[in-house]
Amino acid sequence: MQAKIQAIISRYGSDKGFLVPILQDVQRELNYLPEDALVMVSTLLEIPLSRIFEVATFYKAFSLTPRGKHLLSLCLGTACHVRGAPLLSGHIERALGIRPGETSPDLEFTFETVNCLGACALGPVMVVDGEYHGQLTIAKTNAILRDLGRKVPSDEEA
Amino acid sequence: MKKLKSPGELAALQAEIRAGRDPKKPCITICAGTGCLAYGTQKIIECFRQEIDKQHLQDRVQLRTSGCHGFCERGPMVVIHPQKIFYQRIKAEDVPDIISKTVLAGEIIDRLSYVDPATKQKIVYEHDVPFYKRQTRYVLGMNGDIDPACIDDYLAIGGYSGLSKALSGMKPEAVIEEVKKANLRGRGGGGFPTGWKWESTRKAAGEPKYIICNADEGDPGAYMDRSLLEGNPHLVLEGMLIGAYAIGSSQGYIYVRNEYPLAVHNITLAIEKAREVGLLGENILGSGFSFDIKINRGGGAFVCGESSALFASIEGRSGEPRAKYVHATDQGLYNKPTNLNNVETWGNVPLIINRGADWYASIGTANSTGTKIFSLVGKINNTGLVEVPMGITLREIVYDIGGGIPNGRKFKAVQTGGPSGGCIPEQFLDMPVDFDELAKIGSMMGSGGMIVMDDRTCMVDVANYFLKFLEEESCGKCTPCREGVLQMRLILDRICEGQGKEEDINTLEWMGQAIIDGSLCALGGSAPNPVLTTIKYFRDEYEAHIKHKKCPAGVCKALITYSVDAEKCTGCHACARVCPTQAATGEKKKTHVVDLGKCIKCGACFEACKFDAIKIL
Repeated sequence: MQAKIQAIISRYGSDKGFLVPILQDVQRELNYLPEDALVMVSTLLEIPLSRIFEVATFYKAFSLTPRGKHLLSLCLGTACHVRGAPLLSGHIERALGIRPGETSPDLEFTFETVNCLGACALGPVMVVDGEYHGQLTIAKTNAILRDLGRKVPSDEEA
Repeated sequence: MKKLKSPGELAALQAEIRAGRDPKKPCITICAGTGCLAYGTQKIIECFRQEIDKQHLQDRVQLRTSGCHGFCERGPMVVIHPQKIFYQRIKAEDVPDIISKTVLAGEIIDRLSYVDPATKQKIVYEHDVPFYKRQTRYVLGMNGDIDPACIDDYLAIGGYSGLSKALSGMKPEAVIEEVKKANLRGRGGGGFPTGWKWESTRKAAGEPKYIICNADEGDPGAYMDRSLLEGNPHLVLEGMLIGAYAIGSSQGYIYVRNEYPLAVHNITLAIEKAREVGLLGENILGSGFSFDIKINRGGGAFVCGESSALFASIEGRSGEPRAKYVHATDQGLYNKPTNLNNVETWGNVPLIINRGADWYASIGTANSTGTKIFSLVGKINNTGLVEVPMGITLREIVYDIGGGIPNGRKFKAVQTGGPSGGCIPEQFLDMPVDFDELAKIGSMMGSGGMIVMDDRTCMVDVANYFLKFLEEESCGKCTPCREGVLQMRLILDRICEGQGKEEDINTLEWMGQAIIDGSLCALGGSAPNPVLTTIKYFRDEYEAHIKHKKCPAGVCKALITYSVDAEKCTGCHACARVCPTQAATGEKKKTHVVDLGKCIKCGACFEACKFDAIKIL
């Protein structure tokens, strides 16, 4: 882990101003920001750990707990909102048994809501493991969840 | 590529690129903006490549992947040059036909042409599509001619000529004077005169001076900055270069949302290319002027679009705004003089220098010159990016360009200005859209998001939506914003739950005013706007929720019930299949029922019913 973090920091020329992008890259590498990693960044960049912690908890992009294998980011921008995204959010919460921002206990799914993906023509839209799914309906959402190996209500009845 | 050492060498390179291109050679331009990629455009691009290889057409046909064309509703789309034949909603299977019939034989494929829903006429050419025809696309229009990864494309249409003109014949003060004369105002929301800002930064004491491009486009429903940065990154770079020269800055930053990976990728590539040819770096075009740019990715905080919070974020701290007793132009980033403009503002600068302030000022209205890009989204037929001259009416945008409201529903409002703006009702549809007019009716231009709402949108719910957004995005530093927005949201929650009290509207109004007066930054200072404008223009909806416990739009869950219209129900069982709580039940081919005791009002049955038999009461 130390080598990875060292490499990331070197890429930014050990510039303290790049703390946010550095933490983003660390998170991309490690899936989340474990305590050890934060301590390491603090030592290498010579920034107090308290300030690293402040930054890591201020920005929404960071997670201090492990994230799931699959990441579902549902857009809750205004255009998606008026096109029914809140109903989908409720549906996904029930199907996965977790609330937005949470990870399922089996570490399979992380469900988050984001503010606007800028793909408003496709609203409601959700990014699943980097892939965009547009003009979502409850039926399409069910198909996505099924593809990821999760049972949905209508499956139980069938 | 060798480095350009003078304006003459730049002009020679531009001419050389143009001379090497045959304007009659067929070019298939495919939109590869984030929106179209989300429709699966990547696969279509691959198909085009394979088909061109298969038919050995590499020398006869060019394929160009461009940035966003703007008509997102109709993606994936291609435009075939030189005729500019427009095909929409194409699929991978259409690719062989497009090449053999249209590109090689000049035949039009009817099934791929756009049909104007209003006249039912088939439209062959891009410039005849009503959505484009009514626009004035000086800034965004270039996207279709450019592969963002190819600096030659930008140079071929005269790119970097504005920079060359400024460096070779204009003193920095003259550049500032030109921008002032053009009356360019900030496109990020505030509408502050750009030239004045540049002048203040230039005159401020302290070195180095920084310039920043604000690409932290956080307003939900606005994505023009993303599309510009993705589709025409060199235009933004050229604008920044001209600004840096005028201001006397040698270091620039681009602060871009991390949610925009393609924009980050394209602008990074563009910076590398510009360095390679000597348009960024030391002694640009032999003028003695040096400038370079760093990219900072945001961390997903809306407040970082605010200038002082943005500076804090670039400095590697949490994005908390500070009080602005001292202007950023005097003490901004690292407490040095700093000039911050948004992506679209920078994108307008090369136009002004190339074509002159008089030309620029002749577009738009007296106090809002030029064009503005809006993202027209929500309950609208033609979702997409729309560039229009300032002063155009909302009605022209919504109906002539946007094609009106889908499914024959009724227009209710347009929300502009994001979480800091307001909802504009039907009575103002004929109002000209510019900075000052929007402010007069309690909304604002913002970065240009226009979210159209119909009679199935609940205005109380929308107000509540924005408050929830702002509550989450408040940095928490000052009390009026942190606590005030929360308290207003709790009241709105109660109203949406059917627990509203008569005095609530009054309380929301005075509390909103207190937040406006007492907040530190613009985020808090404008946070109550969505609530205050909806109360002002849609008071009856608030009263229906409070007094009659009804949600007229049928949105607020606590105030609605789902039931089955026995006359319309065919007993197809679709509702029962999707119902997560087995509340919708019935025998096949017989009228179904919704058990209100079990119903959680998730809306699944309503969506599933093909016969309009699920009613919301």
